[in-house]
Amino acid sequence: MRINTFEPKIIAFCCHYCAFAAADLAGTMRLQYPPNIRIIRTPCTGRLETEYYMRAFEKGADGVLVAGCLEGGCHFIDGNLYARRRVNAVKEILKESGLEPERLRMVNLSAAMAKPLVDIMIDMVNTIKELGPGPLASKKKQIKSEIIK
Amino acid sequence: MIVAERKKINDILDIVKDHKKILVLGCGTCVTVCLAGGEREVSIISSALRIASRIAGLPLAFEELTIERQCDNIFIEMAADAIKRNDAVLSLGCGAGVQAIAERYPDKPVYAGLDTSFLGILEERGMWAEKCAQCGDCLLAEYGGICPVTRCAKSLLNGPCGGSREDRCEVRPDLPCAWQLIYKRLKDIGQLDRLKKINPPKNWNKNLDGGCRILIREDHRI
Repeated sequence: MRINTFEPKIIAFCCHYCAFAAADLAGTMRLQYPPNIRIIRTPCTGRLETEYYMRAFEKGADGVLVAGCLEGGCHFIDGNLYARRRVNAVKEILKESGLEPERLRMVNLSAAMAKPLVDIMIDMVNTIKELGPGPLASKKKQIKSEIIK
Repeated sequence: MIVAERKKINDILDIVKDHKKILVLGCGTCVTVCLAGGEREVSIISSALRIASRIAGLPLAFEELTIERQCDNIFIEMAADAIKRNDAVLSLGCGAGVQAIAERYPDKPVYAGLDTSFLGILEERGMWAEKCAQCGDCLLAEYGGICPVTRCAKSLLNGPCGGSREDRCEVRPDLPCAWQLIYKRLKDIGQLDRLKKINPPKNWNKNLDGGCRILIREDHRI
């Protein structure tokens, strides 16, 4: 039997000081996370401008995950707190544009939290699968034919 | 500085949906400083409009451009080519900028993407406050540089209303009573005597009522 399965494309902006190190640790610990996640390392989540999130969705991302340090643990003191406010503002713009705000998510992690990061990634993929393909993604690439015995 | 606010994306889309190619035109002056219509906001709003139009199934194309100033013909010229090759202009300038472009291009639809709010200053990061109502007859000298016309909820010119509570305004408890500020300021600069003067009713002839105001300086005309 042949069915169509939706494999979302999710961009994960990971802070160099926590989530990126956590993803690295997940690799060392042989924890697997879904291949739908594309990690982009950033010096701090506070570096991420509103345009970056908008452009990610515009260019076809089905979801965007922003992973910064634990609150109070930012290497640059309060970059992750700015990022949180910015993410909330972008969610408003996405809602006005007709896109589900759940497609954008911000989480806070430490560099030691490899397992929670993997769990978050799996949950994010499931959330986006439930929401369905983003309206801007290329239709051909979205649907992957899969054979089920 | 003129302070403006972005319109809702769905409202903007409603305005421009009948066109195919739209120029999103930013302004590098006041609205850049108040984070409403500068180069970055042009990029954000254009992205949002592309997303919204794809979701709505509308075949719209948005071009981005920001010029130094929209309320001046010399700068508008820099957008001439872009305006010509698009069907319509979505201006992210203040009301004056939108009208300046509309007057310059009589055959091109020009729409406003912002709501022009007031004349004010950046009070703290991310917060702007109105300071001037542009009444046309400035009284700031009388009140220690604090404008009762703009900042008193009742625009009182001869002392506070008596409704203020612990230096807060009666009408807007989130704002300080303007007259408390005026009293403190005049006390600090040693001009409390000014408050003894009774001011006659203000001349509102120079205000907006009765059509737009026009200023002519013969010494500068050619």
